[in-house]
Amino acid sequence: MSGLRPRAAHAIEAAGPGPERRRVLNNNGTIVQFDNVGLRYGTGAETLSDLSFSLRHGGFYFLTGPSGAGKTSLLKLLYLAQRPSRGLIKLFGEDIVTMPRKRLPGFRRRIGVVFQDFRLVTHLSAFDNVALPLRVAGVDEKDLQGPVSEMLAWVGLGHRASARPATLSGGEQQRVAIARAVIARPELLVADEPTGNVDPEMAKRLLHLFDSLNKLGTTVVVATHDLHLISSIGSFEMLRLDRGTLLDPTGALRHPPRRVDA
Amino acid sequence: MSALLSTMGAADRRLLPEGRLAGPMPWVIAIMMFLTVLAAAAGLGLGGAAASLGAGLGNRVTVQILEPNPDRREAEAVRAVARLQALPEVESVRRLAPAEMAELLEPWLGAGGLEGDLPIPAMIDAQLIPGARADALRPAVTAAAPSARIDDNGQWLAPLGRLISALKWLALGLVALMIAATAATVVLAARAALDTHRGTIEVLHLMGATDVQVARLFQRRIALDALFGGLVGFGAAALALVLIGQRIGALGSDLLGSANLPATSWLALALLPVLGVGLAMLVARATILRALGRML
Repeated sequence: MSGLRPRAAHAIEAAGPGPERRRVLNNNGTIVQFDNVGLRYGTGAETLSDLSFSLRHGGFYFLTGPSGAGKTSLLKLLYLAQRPSRGLIKLFGEDIVTMPRKRLPGFRRRIGVVFQDFRLVTHLSAFDNVALPLRVAGVDEKDLQGPVSEMLAWVGLGHRASARPATLSGGEQQRVAIARAVIARPELLVADEPTGNVDPEMAKRLLHLFDSLNKLGTTVVVATHDLHLISSIGSFEMLRLDRGTLLDPTGALRHPPRRVDA
Repeated sequence: MSALLSTMGAADRRLLPEGRLAGPMPWVIAIMMFLTVLAAAAGLGLGGAAASLGAGLGNRVTVQILEPNPDRREAEAVRAVARLQALPEVESVRRLAPAEMAELLEPWLGAGGLEGDLPIPAMIDAQLIPGARADALRPAVTAAAPSARIDDNGQWLAPLGRLISALKWLALGLVALMIAATAATVVLAARAALDTHRGTIEVLHLMGATDVQVARLFQRRIALDALFGGLVGFGAAALALVLIGQRIGALGSDLLGSANLPATSWLALALLPVLGVGLAMLVARATILRALGRML
């Protein structure tokens, strides 16, 4: 696996789009800031309430909590699939709550998302699915062939590049989804249960991919139930959600004690 | 339009599954285009017929000298021709020669029908200047030829002209309705396509695709469907028009013959599929952008 790391990093570097990526965020390096954020779907009760926290540029965050705690809803706010019902969200130093809709695509291109249900485009091959963010960003075909092939090889699917999602196993689909999320080397990577359908070895490998990206400067937010995986990451912080609120609003418990293996 | 279509690479085009011609839209557009071309051809043909009618017969009068005595009839005819030629409202005067009269009456009298002592009126054809009224000629002509009867062709052609004009406007109204129906079809097809591919669109959006990028995918597909439908519809209509033209030609009618389409009209009809594609693209784009605008 270690031998694969540099190739992936190279692929990520090669795929990295233009100067906007290196944009300075803000003075204190905060990439995401939530201030008293609430989210309500329709006229129902608030799914998320009074969320106030910030994520620093280059951090690695695990978002944990029981099912129904609001993890996916929080991630939707992060990857701009929802606007909050109230409160302030700053992303990359800009208020995205009141931001005009036409500016959102530019921000979305700076975010990679691994969806819980993968959301692969069913009629496209694995290669074309992974290439999707680069094509959306207008990368030339000749410039994306190499990085996409390398990324697929890195997630162990180089031989399945032309396979349609329906012919891939759940784990393979998940790896394609992850490759698609990281191919454009996003500034912020948001992953919703990214290791739910893969074996422990592949789960560790994927987390190491996230770790590699993180070391290259990508802020990573991973929602997961699997607390065992957390120990495989060197440095991280935790956000605990329960019933739509943060259990650790002060951030004092963000750095849990490390498990010491015998 | 081709530039707009070519701005998208082959890989981008694959973002939506290639289901072209699978749905009913191309065939609906083909039917619409068939009817539109027929209606437009009818409008153009009737317009040509109305113009031909007005120019050919509507501005002419026929003067008949009904005097039974051949000598006096001849004298009145000569005076009437001279008088008509002197009138400012008259552009040209022509007296029908006996041979022409014989030809005209042959279906009723048979060959040699004029050789007996049958009192056949002398006939004078006068072409008036535009805007002149036949009534203005009556006093002068009857003064020169008391037995003269003046038939105003425009008067009896007027109801026919009005009917042709009404049919022409009806045909053009049908064209307008067909265009509106085609636009409505495209709106429905675009909405259906959006619903079908909503999952893909959401993924593209979340990856930062702009509304215009997404709309371009759909408008290309819909333009191709409209092009296919337009060409099929136009081809079928053109075939029908050629066949109808042949039937009209076989009738030998001057009036119906004037409804045949000149080259300029065919050119106008050939533009309809092109306009149809442009209309479909614009409507699809507007519909999709409006629908996408409701998404975050």
